[in-house]
Amino acid sequence: MALVLNDEQRMVKDSADGFFAEHAPVAQLRKLRDSNSADGFDRALWAKMADMGFTGVAIPESHGGTGLGMVAAGLIQEAIGRNLSLSPFLSSAIVAATAITRGGSPEQKAALLPQMAAASRIVALAADERPRHAPAHVETRAEASGNGFRLTGAKRFVLDGHVADRLIVSARTSGEAGDTDGITLFLVDPNAAGVSIERRRMVDSRNVAAITFDDVQVDGADMLGAPGEGHAILEAALDAGRACLAAEMLGVSAQSFDSTVDYLRSREQFGRKIGSFQALQHRAAHLFCEVELARSATLKALTALDEGSDRAAFYVSLAKAKAGDVAKLATNEAVQMHGGIGMTDEFDIGFYMKRARAAGETFGDSAFHGDRMARMMRY
Amino acid sequence: MDEELEGFRRDTAAWLEANCPAAMRQPVESERDVCWGGRKARFSSDDQRLWLERMADRGWTVPEWPKIYGGGGLSRDEHKILQQEMRRLGCRPPLSSFGIWMLGPALLKYGNEAQKLDHLPKIARGEIRWCQGYSEPGAGSDLASLRTSAILQADGCFLVNGEKVWTSYADKADWIFCLVRTDPAAAKHLGISFLLFDMASPGVSTSPIRLISGYSPFCQTFFDNVRVPQENLVGAPGKGWDIAKYLLTHEREMIGGMDMASAGRDSMHQLAKTAIGTDSEGRLNDSLLRADIARHEMNALAFALTLERVKDEARAGQGVGALSSMLKYYGTELNKERQELLMSFAGSDSLMWEGPDSHDGDMAKSWLRSRANSIEGGTSEVQLNIIAKRVLQLPGA
Repeated sequence: MALVLNDEQRMVKDSADGFFAEHAPVAQLRKLRDSNSADGFDRALWAKMADMGFTGVAIPESHGGTGLGMVAAGLIQEAIGRNLSLSPFLSSAIVAATAITRGGSPEQKAALLPQMAAASRIVALAADERPRHAPAHVETRAEASGNGFRLTGAKRFVLDGHVADRLIVSARTSGEAGDTDGITLFLVDPNAAGVSIERRRMVDSRNVAAITFDDVQVDGADMLGAPGEGHAILEAALDAGRACLAAEMLGVSAQSFDSTVDYLRSREQFGRKIGSFQALQHRAAHLFCEVELARSATLKALTALDEGSDRAAFYVSLAKAKAGDVAKLATNEAVQMHGGIGMTDEFDIGFYMKRARAAGETFGDSAFHGDRMARMMRY
Repeated sequence: MDEELEGFRRDTAAWLEANCPAAMRQPVESERDVCWGGRKARFSSDDQRLWLERMADRGWTVPEWPKIYGGGGLSRDEHKILQQEMRRLGCRPPLSSFGIWMLGPALLKYGNEAQKLDHLPKIARGEIRWCQGYSEPGAGSDLASLRTSAILQADGCFLVNGEKVWTSYADKADWIFCLVRTDPAAAKHLGISFLLFDMASPGVSTSPIRLISGYSPFCQTFFDNVRVPQENLVGAPGKGWDIAKYLLTHEREMIGGMDMASAGRDSMHQLAKTAIGTDSEGRLNDSLLRADIARHEMNALAFALTLERVKDEARAGQGVGALSSMLKYYGTELNKERQELLMSFAGSDSLMWEGPDSHDGDMAKSWLRSRANSIEGGTSEVQLNIIAKRVLQLPGA
């Protein structure tokens, strides 16, 4: 497939760009942060995103979604990145929806996907157990008990875990922490006895939850996929999320870059526009190239996922790593080139740097994905 | 449409399989393996000559040029398939040529019909080898300050006088495409014209320049009252700068693209594995070098994908302009980094200049040669200036 948007995708891009700029600009993030919002996002916006068909983008039409696919999902997420819009789009509509679409039974899909597409139900993935992403490092145990299992363990960094109606939990039914075999996924009710959820606010004003499971009873019918084979589903869901995070970071990079270039064109010092100084021109020009490279890698990853390519995971790691490096560079350069004003809370650029840092960390940073690529290439 | 293309792919694969000699499917290892053509061409083997002739007969040395000018008349999709199939079989390029990469596109756009019919087929067949007369001792990054003069005489000939420098392979070339000043009174960019002439003309002389690599691919080229027929002027007098810039974009894409071809291939970590060795999990034994390689390959891949995207977008009528500067800048910097890494893998072996196992200092020479990548065809700094000015529209000084 050519690395270029088709007509349908261009329409998605136009509508997403317009929608988030109008309904969820940075000002909304600031307001939610300052008002100490209980949800951490605006439920009215979330409902509107469903009306636009955005929330069903990764869900097949047969289950109430639009089935537009990952390139379209990435375009939506890029617009989210440009505007720093808050919603459970990534956690529920992409990651959890992919896990259920990929691994769910017909009953589970029918019960969950249409409601997720309609944004009337939020599902979150509880996978990480360590500060640095390591999805196979699962110590949480699921012991067989009656016709189900009992879960015990602790999860952290559960995106939107504090507002989730359902959790997808990775737990070990055999093997040791670090093994890819023996991981099983479960759908867990956050209100079940033994589940305790603690909201944690982050530097980027997003919310994650630390969740403990103390001998939580789970029905056998709530197992997602086959026992011991959860890792493949987990990776598919994470890869969808990683590719969308790459797209979000591309949006973050592009927006900070545009703001910076505008500033270089207008700010005057020493009696001239600072954009006329070659020291800044060359850094801006280099950054332009880097953003273009991140864009290519991201589009390739999303396209490879839509094609079901066996190289998709490789390209996802490339995109996540490259877009992460570029977002870090772009936002740091943005703050530096804005000078003192870039350090003020009143000015928006700092929000972008915070989001770049958090998104870069989520589901594996560039070191994690560089290593994953090297392993796939066997070195 | 897709079925037609699949048919083309099958036919192309079968033809290449039947016609590309086995020796021409080996990786290019040294300059000897590159075929430049020209009147003074020395083929390193009969297979090399045969491969050029067979490809030229199909117009596949210049697949997208019109057939009337010796091209293959292929669409961009077909050309892409041809490239993919050649890569799959490991086929060497049949012909390397500044005529194909630089002059050809400029002639197709700015040349008159007689010039196209005269020059393009000879380029396509590798009969005439071209060199580029751009830089001068006083006109490097500031190319438009060039002073080589071409004054029209009463007999309808230009009289060319001056000196060019960094003329690649001027001593091996048959013809030169040359920037000359035809109007000394006009403003810097407006007095320049684009002239073609035979390097065998009386008054042309060349002198190789010895480089830090020990190679002499570049020459100083002197013009002493060289007479050039008026009809060899391409485009209008004084409009040479437009052609020069157009051609430079092709040169930059070529330089960037060539580096990508080497930077994008996945053999780099293979070389590293052989040289450095691996641990029990198959990882390179040097963790810092492994990280450097991973970072480099990441950028090389993202760059290769950008080349692909830029072409796809251009075909779809989308995308932004002035990208040749980006490709030139990024591609050459990547290649320089690649050469540094290759030297590191080999350790002290990389330093051997002569003697057994030194391969005539090939590795060190490639490293030294690659330093010029970010200077020739417009320095990295000039490319960044162009991006800042044309793409980002930042204010001038």
